Amino acid sequence: MRQTEVMVIGGGPAGLSAAIEAATSGCEVTLVDSDLALGGQLIKQTHKFFGSKDERAGTRGFKIAETLMEELEANKDRVTIHSNCTATGFYAEDGVVSCVHGEDDYFRIKPTRIIMATGAQERLLPFPNNHLPGVYGAGAVQTLMNVYGVVPGKKVLMVGAGNIGLIVSYQLMQAGVQVVGIVEAMDKIGGYWVHAAKVRRMGVPIYLRHTVKEALGDKIVTGAVIQEIDDKFQPTGAEVNIDVDVICMAVGLTPTCELLWQAGCQMAFVPQLCGYVAQRDKHMRTSNDDIWVAGDAAGIEEASSAMVEGRIAGLGVAKSLGKIDSGEYSKRLAEFARRLADLRGGEVGAKICQGIACCTVNEWGV
Amino acid sequence: MTEKEKLFNSGVLTESRKGAIEPPRDLWETKKNGLVIIECPQRIPCNPCHTSCPTGAVKPFSDINDQPSIDYEKCTGCARCVAVCPGLACVVVDLTWGGDKDALMKLPYEMLPMPEEGATVDCLNRVGEPVSKGKVIKVTEPMHDKTHVVHVEVPKDKVMDIRAIRVVK
Repeated sequence: MRQTEVMVIGGGPAGLSAAIEAATSGCEVTLVDSDLALGGQLIKQTHKFFGSKDERAGTRGFKIAETLMEELEANKDRVTIHSNCTATGFYAEDGVVSCVHGEDDYFRIKPTRIIMATGAQERLLPFPNNHLPGVYGAGAVQTLMNVYGVVPGKKVLMVGAGNIGLIVSYQLMQAGVQVVGIVEAMDKIGGYWVHAAKVRRMGVPIYLRHTVKEALGDKIVTGAVIQEIDDKFQPTGAEVNIDVDVICMAVGLTPTCELLWQAGCQMAFVPQLCGYVAQRDKHMRTSNDDIWVAGDAAGIEEASSAMVEGRIAGLGVAKSLGKIDSGEYSKRLAEFARRLADLRGGEVGAKICQGIACCTVNEWGV
Repeated sequence: MTEKEKLFNSGVLTESRKGAIEPPRDLWETKKNGLVIIECPQRIPCNPCHTSCPTGAVKPFSDINDQPSIDYEKCTGCARCVAVCPGLACVVVDLTWGGDKDALMKLPYEMLPMPEEGATVDCLNRVGEPVSKGKVIKVTEPMHDKTHVVHVEVPKDKVMDIRAIRVVK
């Protein structure tokens, strides 16, 4: 059985930041990520990030991933990285994590501490013919375009005007793909207004209070039916057929939390954070003394916040292992807490703050 | 929802509001190199327009979520914010550029193909409708990060409508 001091599960913005923070504080870290390359969703983000200089505002997401990787590389003596490696289970009776590397190389590892930075899964909408080739999740479209350089089709209907729907629409246009429209069930866009303005001025209509009713086509998508809905989300108005070969769903994410359930962490359903999340204290520690959580796994939010949460978790783990003293810890925690409060101070952040209040405990008393 | 609300709620500015106001006309008409217009009406955690401004024209934020506010006396129209803003919400308009008829706009551009200097492009309004032709004067890449700033000569009376360009094939 392998051993490690700190195991970080997930190598996205939160996991990378957690690993860096733990390693620079002197912990020996094992980082596992199920993807072929580290960076999580960051490697697909060709747009510039918001935030302040601390969060590298104005820098494109994939560049931020490169910077984080360099930071991790600087600590390579203390960091073991397994990519293409999925943590498949947590065994609460002995604290062992089972992993599979590639297709069939299973191993078990016993960490002293775990940081769960497992990210999120996409939600999808049920509608007739949504099984047809041409119906995509926005994550898949981004992977195809921005990781592999393949366009998903020629004419796209985007479903959802949150930040992902808006950004992916913009990226599709950058790749020369026509976005014929964006449907949004709410009466206003959910993402940042400026992201919407960017696609609007390129001529893309946003249909508020509309949804996709069905995909048209026999073997592949040849069109979509959209329809206006009322404030109870019931269909109203005429069905409109539009000619598209791609229907891209960007209707939200939900935290990936299976391992947290397996670990017996106290969980809470928090709609503002888009699903079940682990209860945590301000150090990002769960009800299991040895398990911390960070990033989308702790509630759906922006990558900028995920990076700060990762730092907090990494630092907290280091403190719990006696790698840093209390004074230094408190000082740095206060700085990270300030940055998080700043990032959550806007219109979109208000909802996040409500959600976090629902699942944050004062202290676990350990 | 009124039509105006529908437009604004889908990302189209319909009138001046906090974080999205016109520069004062008197100063604007005489300010060589132009003044910035920022259209950023929503409170979001973002401040590169302020931190990148070399003259302090974009005033300090007391909270990073504040909408930007501008000291137009200090704005030199350098267009650094145009290149830096992650939301592509900044544009510089130089009303002193071309006599009575024309103005120069410095617009952010992240599409392909790249506009060529001297070429005629379509100038689009906030909903992507072509409202005039424009002549590309210069294309720069101030931060060397693939956000270009396109300097376009446009009809002066359209500067509050034009917010994007499209290369004509």
